[in-house]
Amino acid sequence: MYGNAYIDPKKANSSLVDGENPEKLAEFEARIARGEKIEPKDWMPAMYRKQLVRMIEQHAHSEIIGSLPEGTWITRAPGFRRKLALMAKVQDEVGHAQLLYNAAETLGKSREDMINDLISGKSKYSNVFNYPAKTWADSAVIAWLIDAGAIVNQLANSRGSYGPYCRALERICAEESFHLKYGHDNVVFLATGTSKQREMVQDALTRWWPPIMHFFGPSDKDSVHSETLMRWKVKMASNDDMRQQFLNMYVPKIWDLGLTLPDANLKKNEETGKWDYTEPDWEEFKRVINGGGPCNAERLAVRRTAEENGQWVRKALLKESETYVTPLS
Amino acid sequence: MELTERHVEGLKHLLYKMADDLLIIGHRNSEWTGMGPILEEDIAFSSMAQDKIGQSLAIYNILHEMGEQEPDTVAFTRNASSFHCSQLVEQPIGEYDFSLVRHFLYDYADAIRFDMLSNSIFEPLAMVCKKFRGELKYHTMHANIWIKDLAEGNEESKTRIQNALNKAYPMALSLFEPSEFDKELSEAEIFSGEAKCRTIWEKEVGTVILEAGLEIPQVSDPEEYYGGRSGKHTEHLQPLLDEMTEVFQIDPTADW
Repeated sequence: MYGNAYIDPKKANSSLVDGENPEKLAEFEARIARGEKIEPKDWMPAMYRKQLVRMIEQHAHSEIIGSLPEGTWITRAPGFRRKLALMAKVQDEVGHAQLLYNAAETLGKSREDMINDLISGKSKYSNVFNYPAKTWADSAVIAWLIDAGAIVNQLANSRGSYGPYCRALERICAEESFHLKYGHDNVVFLATGTSKQREMVQDALTRWWPPIMHFFGPSDKDSVHSETLMRWKVKMASNDDMRQQFLNMYVPKIWDLGLTLPDANLKKNEETGKWDYTEPDWEEFKRVINGGGPCNAERLAVRRTAEENGQWVRKALLKESETYVTPLS
Repeated sequence: MELTERHVEGLKHLLYKMADDLLIIGHRNSEWTGMGPILEEDIAFSSMAQDKIGQSLAIYNILHEMGEQEPDTVAFTRNASSFHCSQLVEQPIGEYDFSLVRHFLYDYADAIRFDMLSNSIFEPLAMVCKKFRGELKYHTMHANIWIKDLAEGNEESKTRIQNALNKAYPMALSLFEPSEFDKELSEAEIFSGEAKCRTIWEKEVGTVILEAGLEIPQVSDPEEYYGGRSGKHTEHLQPLLDEMTEVFQIDPTADW
């Protein structure tokens, strides 16, 4: 589960290619233009490597942190069917983290360094996971709509230029599509269930709508268009395009279930064919990304505890005679 | 052979303790999701937990066919005193050393039990146990690798595994608490009995323990943790059940 990578405005465009060998750069760009994939041992501009590490790493962190809000509902899931499905789903998310850390490692940063950067707060993860999953219905809404959003983003990125990331994403998308079916089924049962169940799911949806709108990142007019990153097929679709695609696919489905969304301006504009909506509070988005969300501290504390408690295990497994090997991807 | 009422009663008792053990150990193992010492272990514990819960469901289904209530009702509406799990499985996950050692001791016991029951004259149980055996092979393989690696890792990991073993081993004996039905079930070739399971288990886990350079704990009172089979549990089970049934109990008649 993952939203769009947050691109640092200070690092945009021309500075990405400063100091690169122009011939190698031209060949690299020509390969990408021809639709070829870049593989770990191939030449690549330093900033391409850096941006990709950051993006894949953020994605991996999102999977592992994302397993926490849903994971708390595994032990509470009502009935065998839901319990087994949710266990498998959250296990998939942890498996995605493993695949993605491997893909990022092919670019030269070790998993350990990435996890250290996560728990120190240096690297980011998707903002949505800094909100609490208060009820069982929250876990259903996450599984349906956050995973749906992730698929929109990841399908776009799977057509990117870096081979190991694309291959990881193809597998991830296949699994996410099952999550989405599970989440949808779960929401349908709640939305068509008892009044208590309907109330739970409506409440969850209302609370999750702003984070879902934030999920694809700031509006295009306020975010940096990184033409170079687009040309290098690191960034594959604009934030607004992905948000529109998501709204178009899922708002009708939500309304079909008799559920409402907390935005009176949300409607499809028949002239433009696009969805009109109230811009979500982007100040809040920035506040949460910078650590001020309701669960940032808790999520990192849990992760830190897990790392600390597991340290003796990792230490015991380390053999001095063995050297670090970059994983295959 | 025609099953007598007494056989049916004994069979249900056997099935309940097996299913309850599986459900509760599966629940405990699932608590490692997102918390493992390395991602691969997170995934492994989750995978084993899914197998356990799936196996418990299969056994509750057999019970349902024998006239007991639906699996969801049985699993999500009983309180602790109606559960027949052993006191080993209800213990909190503790640190990874305890969870690993418990998984090792528990899975050997289940592997032996499933193996025996694969030849049971009670066909529905023999059939599922044949299937479970295939799954258990990977659980015991996983346990063997980790027990060995950590016992041979460094001083700290060896001490931790030995301490966890000293703690969990006496608890694991509660898996083999004798039942009043053992003799009749054995004579009817339904189940060879707890004593036989325990003898094989002691030999098999003992071999792994010694090969890993660890010591087999001496147990002063083998019956210390008995009672689970007749509903006597530690203080840890009821809170686990309260958590497990929290959502289901909002409305047990609703479709979730």
